[in-house]
Amino acid sequence: MADALVQQFADTIRAAADAKRPLQIRGGGSKAFYGNPVTGEDLDVTAYRGIVSYEPTELVITARAGTPLAEIETAMRERGQMLGFEPPHFGGGATLGGCIAAGLSGPRRAYAGSVRDFVLGVRLLDGRGTDLAFGGQVMKNVAGYDVSRLITGSLGTLGVILEASLKALPLPPAELTLCREQSRSDAIATMNAWAGQPLPITGTCHVQKRLYVRLAGAASAVKAAANKIGGEEVGNAAEFWRNVRDQHDVFFSGVRPTWRISLQSTAAELDLSGPQLVEWGGALRWLKSDDDAMSVRKAARKADGHATLFRRGASDIGAFHPLPEAMMRLHRRVKQAMDPAGILNPGRMYKDL
Amino acid sequence: MDAPVHAIPVDYERQRAVCLALRSFMPEQNVLFEREDVTPYECDGLSAYRQVPMVVALPENEEQVCAILEACHVLQVPVVARGAGTGLSGGALPMGNGVLLSLSKLMKIIAIDKAARTARVQPGVRNLAISEAAAPLGLYYAPDPSSQIACSIGGNVAENSGGVHCLKYGLTVHNILKLRVATIEGDIIELGGGGLDAAGYDLLALMTGSEGLLGVVTEITVKLLPRPESAQVVLAAFDDVGAAGQAVANVIAAGIIPAGMEMMDQAATLAVEPFVNAGYPTDAAGILLVESDGTHEEVADEIRRIEDIMTHSGAHIVRTSQDETERLKLWAGRKAAFPAVGRLSPDYYCMDGTIPRKRLAEVLRGIATMEKKYDLRCANVFHAGDGNLHPLILYDANDADQLKRAEDFGAEILKLCIDVGGTITGEHGVGVEKIDSMCIQFKTAELETFHALKHAFDEHGLLNPGKAVPTLHRCAEFGRMHVHAGTEKFPDIPRF
Repeated sequence: MADALVQQFADTIRAAADAKRPLQIRGGGSKAFYGNPVTGEDLDVTAYRGIVSYEPTELVITARAGTPLAEIETAMRERGQMLGFEPPHFGGGATLGGCIAAGLSGPRRAYAGSVRDFVLGVRLLDGRGTDLAFGGQVMKNVAGYDVSRLITGSLGTLGVILEASLKALPLPPAELTLCREQSRSDAIATMNAWAGQPLPITGTCHVQKRLYVRLAGAASAVKAAANKIGGEEVGNAAEFWRNVRDQHDVFFSGVRPTWRISLQSTAAELDLSGPQLVEWGGALRWLKSDDDAMSVRKAARKADGHATLFRRGASDIGAFHPLPEAMMRLHRRVKQAMDPAGILNPGRMYKDL
Repeated sequence: MDAPVHAIPVDYERQRAVCLALRSFMPEQNVLFEREDVTPYECDGLSAYRQVPMVVALPENEEQVCAILEACHVLQVPVVARGAGTGLSGGALPMGNGVLLSLSKLMKIIAIDKAARTARVQPGVRNLAISEAAAPLGLYYAPDPSSQIACSIGGNVAENSGGVHCLKYGLTVHNILKLRVATIEGDIIELGGGGLDAAGYDLLALMTGSEGLLGVVTEITVKLLPRPESAQVVLAAFDDVGAAGQAVANVIAAGIIPAGMEMMDQAATLAVEPFVNAGYPTDAAGILLVESDGTHEEVADEIRRIEDIMTHSGAHIVRTSQDETERLKLWAGRKAAFPAVGRLSPDYYCMDGTIPRKRLAEVLRGIATMEKKYDLRCANVFHAGDGNLHPLILYDANDADQLKRAEDFGAEILKLCIDVGGTITGEHGVGVEKIDSMCIQFKTAELETFHALKHAFDEHGLLNPGKAVPTLHRCAEFGRMHVHAGTEKFPDIPRF
């Protein structure tokens, strides 16, 4: 059945490439809002699902693209493990393929690494419908270019992900979230100071004048760190972090566009209007603002970062930060290498890709 | 080893044209072409392969790197970039009709940002020099390939180098934020950024480990981590390597990610112990070194659990370092494994496959069978935590038959690594050494994708041609060719 599905996807891609007819790759649709709109025939990969192999003592899980993230996380939790990058689910139905294609990571990212850091290998169909495998199921592998990590975050513009292998991490034995009142600029300084010390931190967030910090690890270590850091313990911590991760926190509500600004963690307060939520030790700033795109992007650039129009509303501004011409040229050539007919999710990332 | 030196006659006219072009923007003394001046660059750490370059260029800054590449692009001359020349796969082997671009003069640590925990460095900076410079701030750079006293950070990026701490702290790709890269056209592009991600495709990841085939790195921003408060290592000895392998799985199953987890078989400890006196029990079939680092509480907790697991997994000796001197002594043996084995035999050939850990006992049995088949000894050191195996095949290169047997032995080990679901190289790179084994690991369509990506960065194939990715023609020829053996040029520096 699985082979027949792959064959069917490959046939669809080949026919589309021959006819130069764009395809829109679809998983669970939980991140349909992300990136620029694509018009094209749907290529739904959700039927290609299931965990292919999971070896807890090898710290590796391999699953098909259509597998719901929730299913993967449940299987891992049963064996005392987790996906270390805490992937956002947003709405329900998020799939592994979408998770890798979007390349988004949750609150643990600044402390444990991003989705691309955990990707060990992928199997994909390129824009010619060719079945390709890169990387593998081992922790260290430098044979050939690192195409698995190139594919991660490429929003389906370079290939249709079929399967992926990810590194697993053990669940921490103990977890504790502390909270204190602090201004945003003070909180950013605090987050950076913490990150320079050997503390078992796995999440930081500043919202509504309060700084939250999550500690995780051996119970003794968490307790010692909590004594050192101080602050009041947060009761419904799991829910708090889930709401930050999936953007169900009240901060994310409202009609104003949501900007995702990724920048140097020590960057000073951005001179932009609208409320902000700070994550990742200061390296990620969410902004609800009606400021024009140019000002937001200029402010991000100034801090050696980039700004994504994450939830756009009715805006027709490009979702992603424009690239310098030399980089854009290179992007077009990479796209050409993987999808010469330009049929996979065209325009989802940038107009020409 | 007396491997053949490729005697490509120098094209003097071309050499003159290149020198003239480069000397128009570089000091004369930084453009070398006399035989005695360029000969020191004829090989990297894999000295079995030698080729005297036509011209050696020693730029002093990024502008000169760009100008050299632009000139070579115009003249259609191939360019091989070189860092410290410690690579083990021949990735910096020069070309007789090309320019060897040495980045050794770009050795400035440009800035260390304490608050942001980053260092901006030039590619010629030694790996260890970064940690040394960051030490007064309580910070360090995590990837620690054991050639770290000599190897350069630019070379680490080209090879995506690891070390003994990668299971917990990752490879080079996990520890860099931004690269400035000179393209073959001589343009500068910036990959990554000041934040934790960047707009567009993840070309930072693609560039890392691309073995100098896609661009020349001129500046690297690395992440620095706070030094752990405390670290301790447990030594455990086993009567059976299978039991040692099971102990490794038991540590992972207990939810522990050790800072380092290394295995050595008896052949390796027997070589090391007289050399280093690390205190390894040489009667054991295999030993494990398991390190824990972190806060004092974390380490105390984890070490106690590791000791228990070792005992329950059948270790007959379990010993924990009581102070920093003892910890370093236990590691010194592991770090000296390559040179120690080097003392036992005129030559040795180091393999670098990675395997799923559960297949360890089977692979070690396979290697033991091959020892008999090829009538050569093999010592095994193993990054047990991440499955990266370094079999060291002992042979005498002056004996042509032994050399041939060592080559075949190595190729069969790589084949076995692929067969059990692993890879031919975990951290040393493909270079020229393993290029034929790439034909086994990848299908034609996958190799074609690599070539298409190469073409996207370097249309005319001028950057380090002939390395890392075999041509389809070469794979077709493979089978009639040998996978060549290598020896090391720097037998005295530690290796993992």
